[in-house]
Amino acid sequence: MTSIGTGYDLSASTYSPDGRIFQVEYATKAVENSGTAIGLKVKDGIVLAVEKLVHSKLLVPEANRRIQTIDRHVGLATAGLLADGRHIANRARDEATNYRDAYDAPTPLKILADRLGLYVQAYTLYSSVRPFGISTILGSVDKDGPSLYVVEPSGVFFGYNGAAVGKGRQLAKTELEKLNLRELTTREAVYEAARIIYLVHEDAKEKEFELELSWIGDETKGVHLPVPKDLQRDAEAKAKAALETFE
Amino acid sequence: MPDMHSLAQAQPQQQSFNPYTENGGTILAIAGADFSVIAGDTRQSEGYNIQTRYAPKVFRLTDKAVLAVNGFAADGNMFVKKVRQRLEWYRHAHAKDMPIRAIARLIQTMLYSRRFFPYYVYNILGGIEEDGTGAVYSFDPVGSYEREACRAAGAAQSLVQPFLDNQIYFKNQTPAPGTSFPRHLPLPTVLSLVIDSFTSATERHIEVGDGLEIYVVLSKNSPSIQGLRDVRGVTELTATEDGERVFVVRRELKKD
Amino acid sequence: MDHFPTNWGRPRNDAYDPYGTFPLPHRPNNHAKDTFAEGVQRTQQPIVTGTSVLALKYKDGIMMAADTLASYGSLARFKDVTRLHPVGNYTVIGAGGDMSDFQYIQKFLDELIIDEFTAQDGHDLGPAQIHEYLSQVMYSRRSKINPLWNSLLVGGFKDGKSFLAYVDLLGTTYSASTLATGYGAYLAQPLLRKEVEGKEDTLTAEEAVRIMETCIRVLYYRDARSIDKYQLATITAEGIKIIDSRPISTSWSFAEGIRGYGAQTQ
Repeated sequence: MTSIGTGYDLSASTYSPDGRIFQVEYATKAVENSGTAIGLKVKDGIVLAVEKLVHSKLLVPEANRRIQTIDRHVGLATAGLLADGRHIANRARDEATNYRDAYDAPTPLKILADRLGLYVQAYTLYSSVRPFGISTILGSVDKDGPSLYVVEPSGVFFGYNGAAVGKGRQLAKTELEKLNLRELTTREAVYEAARIIYLVHEDAKEKEFELELSWIGDETKGVHLPVPKDLQRDAEAKAKAALETFE
Repeated sequence: MPDMHSLAQAQPQQQSFNPYTENGGTILAIAGADFSVIAGDTRQSEGYNIQTRYAPKVFRLTDKAVLAVNGFAADGNMFVKKVRQRLEWYRHAHAKDMPIRAIARLIQTMLYSRRFFPYYVYNILGGIEEDGTGAVYSFDPVGSYEREACRAAGAAQSLVQPFLDNQIYFKNQTPAPGTSFPRHLPLPTVLSLVIDSFTSATERHIEVGDGLEIYVVLSKNSPSIQGLRDVRGVTELTATEDGERVFVVRRELKKD
Repeated sequence: MDHFPTNWGRPRNDAYDPYGTFPLPHRPNNHAKDTFAEGVQRTQQPIVTGTSVLALKYKDGIMMAADTLASYGSLARFKDVTRLHPVGNYTVIGAGGDMSDFQYIQKFLDELIIDEFTAQDGHDLGPAQIHEYLSQVMYSRRSKINPLWNSLLVGGFKDGKSFLAYVDLLGTTYSASTLATGYGAYLAQPLLRKEVEGKEDTLTAEEAVRIMETCIRVLYYRDARSIDKYQLATITAEGIKIIDSRPISTSWSFAEGIRGYGAQTQ
């Protein structure tokens, strides 16, 4: 790497001569090492899915969740440093609570993403702090229908129809592009999400993983909830079967 | 410096918030040679309203200490909660239950720490000392306390205490020639006195009634256990293997 | 146009600063320097108030009732106010007393429920926990001599068990199979006790509604701060139901026979 030894990569408050902030780029690397997380915005809701790599058999199943709930109607999935993910979730909860306090209404996701973007960006300005080593997928069904955002370590955020972050994001994005997201129901999207996560895991087959699935939609009355056990089992079974026939 | 007198006159007079009320009821405790009895009725009232017919005023703290609280119920419940918290911390620090004389001093400290915004409650603590004797400690709301053989407090204190003075301290009685009064009474006698105290208080005081809870704490291997054998409605509440045993006797009182 | 927002809505002080030439921090101001110079304001009396709330235990769970009036002193100020409020999936709270304090209570309990939901830890708050929390808040506010001026009933049903308890501005708490706040404690509680005590496990929903209607009607006849419109809530194994406000039937024909009320002059 060109940055190493130059001294321009030691602080987030110093630019390199060609205008880059290496600490932010390193943070992006931390995201790339993480298990994939995806989000689908479909006809009547949102589906979030995470490939959670389990580094030890001794861990309690379903521990260290990477999909978290921010408000009744908002879900969040992270790729990158687990602890940073929890911190950002707590911040998002505070923002959501503040919005409710001030306006007596559920937070529109656009505003939540904007606030989180500002917060993450602030950690790219000072030598005393380190940027967040996570990319965050935010999903919600609010007054304007389903919406999906990704906040990156630099603090930029974009809205998406389908989002993928983490190690397998390239393949996941290719798969997402093939889907007709606008026509899909959340229930159908659960199957697609499970399939995509199983597919991208093929590259790291030797590692154990757990599939995390959550959804928000008509079927959950607009509430962010884990996908029911039986539906998840069925989706995983179908995903495994699809792998056999893929290419 | 503003003129305080004219300032006070200029301000509109408001009836200020009174943070206290009285919730009626009566408690009492009697110490025996190797046991202690702590009792209270279960009516909670405010003015002429009965709020509920069952709100306990007597609480098991440990297997050797029982606390009765009477006065302002919200303060009472909070005070018991805080005492229990302190006893739990003591258990974590010392791996044993706090002795009753220490609990008594703890309660005095906690009450006095609120000397200028008191817990408006009269406390009676009953149980077994480390030497195995039955004990009763009584407190005023700001922490004055003493160990006694018996004490009544609350709405019907003025009805019950003279009765206890007469029946337990044998006040205004003279022993038959050549005999003397006993220093301690046996458990069955004490239980009868307690029940009679509450049925009488229920008859003559509107704030007493509905239910009666009598806690009995016995010292290690106390022969007084015989006195509980044939009592109706006894439940054992003992939690440890320390030797002391706690029982509660529940009875109905008139509800009018 | 005065371009200094700090001066907007404030009388000019021409004697001191006729042309508004002072820089912002040095502006003369016409109000007290210290916001708290006159002391921190606390609720010393309720302003807009609700009257009684009633609740009883019956076969399937808990039933609660409250009329829909919020009074401003003796003025019937707001005539369609909801005084029964669901908290989570198992609990309803009903409030008498100051309605702004009640709205504040609703707000922080709703926030509490969302905080618990977002934890996604497999636990949720039942009526007993909500009552305990509320009691601690009410007691600590009374201990700061800054009370929330309410009498509240907390009713609920969770894990096959019903729960009914009271808490007020002093932090006083109690539980019983029938409860009533305000004038209801005098007028409705005796009726409720007669109809319910000992029959908690057999009383049907229809009978419970009839009892509630009777009590609400009696309160409307005799409590001058009540109204003939009320809401009913049930909390059972099926969940929470709060029925839209509806009128109570009344009969005034007997009044004709009362001296000084009807048409007769003697």
